Amino acid sequence: MNLVADNTDRMSMSRLAIVNGKLADPAGASLASGTVLIEDDRIVATGDVVVPQDAKTVDAGGLVVAPGLVDLGVFATDKPAFHFGGITRAALMPDQSSPLDDVGLIRQATREGKPDFWVHPIAAATRGLKGTELAEIGMMQAAGAKAVGTGRQWIADSGVMLRVLAYASGLGLTVISHAEDSGLTGKAVATSGETATRLGLPHAPACAEAMAIARDIMLARETGAAVHFRLVTTKAGFDVIRSAKAEGLRVTCGISPAYLFLNDQAVTDFRTFARLSPPLRFEDDRKAALEAVRDGTVDVITSSHDPRGPEDKRLPFADASPGMAGAETLLALSLNLVRDGLVSINRLVTLLSANPARILGVDAGSFTAGSAADLIFVDPDAPWIVDSGKMAAQAGNTPFDRVPVQGRVRRIMKGGVFL
Amino acid sequence: MPEVIIPSTSSELTGRALFPHRHLLSIADLKPWEIRFLLDEAEQWAKVNRGNARKHDGRLAGMTQINAFFENSTRTLLSFEIAGKRLGADVVNMHAGQSSVKKGETLIDTAMTLNAMAADVIVIRHASSGAVALIADMVDCAVLNAGDGWHQHPTQALLDALTIRRRKGGFEGLIVAICGDILHSRVARSNMLSLSALGAQVRAVAPPTLMPPEVGMLGATPCYRMDEGLDGADVVMMLRLQNERMDGAFIPSPREYHMLYGLTPERLAIARPDALVMHPGPMNRGVEISSNVADDPDRSAITEQVEMGVAVRMACLDVLTRGARGMEGWS
Repeated sequence: MNLVADNTDRMSMSRLAIVNGKLADPAGASLASGTVLIEDDRIVATGDVVVPQDAKTVDAGGLVVAPGLVDLGVFATDKPAFHFGGITRAALMPDQSSPLDDVGLIRQATREGKPDFWVHPIAAATRGLKGTELAEIGMMQAAGAKAVGTGRQWIADSGVMLRVLAYASGLGLTVISHAEDSGLTGKAVATSGETATRLGLPHAPACAEAMAIARDIMLARETGAAVHFRLVTTKAGFDVIRSAKAEGLRVTCGISPAYLFLNDQAVTDFRTFARLSPPLRFEDDRKAALEAVRDGTVDVITSSHDPRGPEDKRLPFADASPGMAGAETLLALSLNLVRDGLVSINRLVTLLSANPARILGVDAGSFTAGSAADLIFVDPDAPWIVDSGKMAAQAGNTPFDRVPVQGRVRRIMKGGVFL
Repeated sequence: MPEVIIPSTSSELTGRALFPHRHLLSIADLKPWEIRFLLDEAEQWAKVNRGNARKHDGRLAGMTQINAFFENSTRTLLSFEIAGKRLGADVVNMHAGQSSVKKGETLIDTAMTLNAMAADVIVIRHASSGAVALIADMVDCAVLNAGDGWHQHPTQALLDALTIRRRKGGFEGLIVAICGDILHSRVARSNMLSLSALGAQVRAVAPPTLMPPEVGMLGATPCYRMDEGLDGADVVMMLRLQNERMDGAFIPSPREYHMLYGLTPERLAIARPDALVMHPGPMNRGVEISSNVADDPDRSAITEQVEMGVAVRMACLDVLTRGARGMEGWS
């Protein structure tokens, strides 16, 4: 403790000690009893901490205390849903009504959540997300963009992608890529296979993903750039990622719970809430995704939160917009991975908070001194039932409607202040 | 698998149990004996249609049938209109071109509007797979799928089955080759399901670019060469190849397609000598089928298919409105 700080600082500084919590430290191996000491909006110490006399004490009541979730890749700033789900920061995808390819739009996006939620916009890699000309990535970074993204689509032109990676790398930004070869996917809305054939839906083979990943990895090797594949959903895709990681390339990948707990049969009866991009895959791919979480290939779990009302979803399947409202169910569904013994809760918090924060380059998502005091108190066993009709999100388009889940966020703190 | 008791003949069932469906959306929803029941019903109407100069039957009198066609059609619309009128229904047609759909009204809003007009049966065609089921969920009356995207066209499969049964006497052991653009064809999907359910051996014959993956799960064996697919076939069912798929996207050219997959007299000779030639129309003469095959009265059942279309649609309209008409045992 620095005791030479002058009095005015001492007077304005607020100290808070969270006691009686089970700390889910991403850097730890298991839950540990301990204290989190906060000064203003930063964590200063965790674990076996002597609580200063002037610190206000908050009793966590034996709940799990974890860093707030950092959601790497959402399509809307939907605070009620994020707060319900324990998400304190989100990286906003550039696919907005006006693509985030401009300084003004980026600046505006960073302000959208404040003061109780932080939006980290992902700058469009190319103007209008058209995949042809580089957007003003450097200026957007200065305005608050924390990564560069290709949006919902792949950049088909390999020359453009090479330059995006090289340029972003020079600025120290990670490129967030959507891995589906667009020549193969075309207008597909489903994975080639029995379900697509039976329903008569435009479809593309699952290998569209691994092909896209393989190209981007070769370009990442060429440029030394850091690339993050926001959603990897196939066995072949994980295999390519695994070998790139083994080689030491700066490659990371993410997934959403839908791909871990649903397969392509979820679109039977043309359920548009299960129309996702990339589309749901086969059972073998789903199992490979669980294995990729278990063995550490997956770095990030994201909600891909994309609330869509009836005007976008109560349509024939192929005409409906892709996407699901995932923010509220992100933590509860992900906790299944802990209950099923695939990962420890500490590893889960790494996937949900620490890793996405690291990829975005923000001091959050961990218990390290200096990290943002964004915390959640979680009752990991609290049962509830997902109800698409009663969601906090802007729309209730969840493919997990009526599914019983466990895990509720009881309190949420953003920058040292309880909401 | 739950145990299913399959009645040997439909006569063991009566009333609603014969056809316990509110709508006709997909062949996949139907049990084999339910398909046979519809065929038996249609057979009666085929006789009536042939026999009487005056074909009017008043059983749907006072009922309203709306044909809501969100995709262009001539023959199917006409067939449903004639079928409804022969049963005495008040038939109105709604074409997408002249409807508020063009003004941006959503499909659901259109469905609600149709429902509010208190139709007793709505016949729907739409370019998107699943669209008809979506509307069916929103309305109070019976819905008949007249074709949704690449998904299903159940009355076409029923009229094809009826035509085959009349010409061939049954389905057991019959080899049916369905040839052409299987990938984009709702006719093929419905036919593969119904004919395999009825006991025929179904082959799906198409170039690999026009063959859906896992076609076997629809009950058909894939064949990539026409000669192989036609060998020993009792029925050769040709599909229409859409113009927009001929120019290099899926096949190099219409003439190459005709060379490899067109039904010519020489190729038809590979099938059984009494093989029946079918086509759901409209035909691209000189592309998937040559004129002398299409017009051969001994082989071609194409006009009979059109004729059976009316009978099948009369049967479906009758059966689906029995509950609403208060027929005994059908409530």
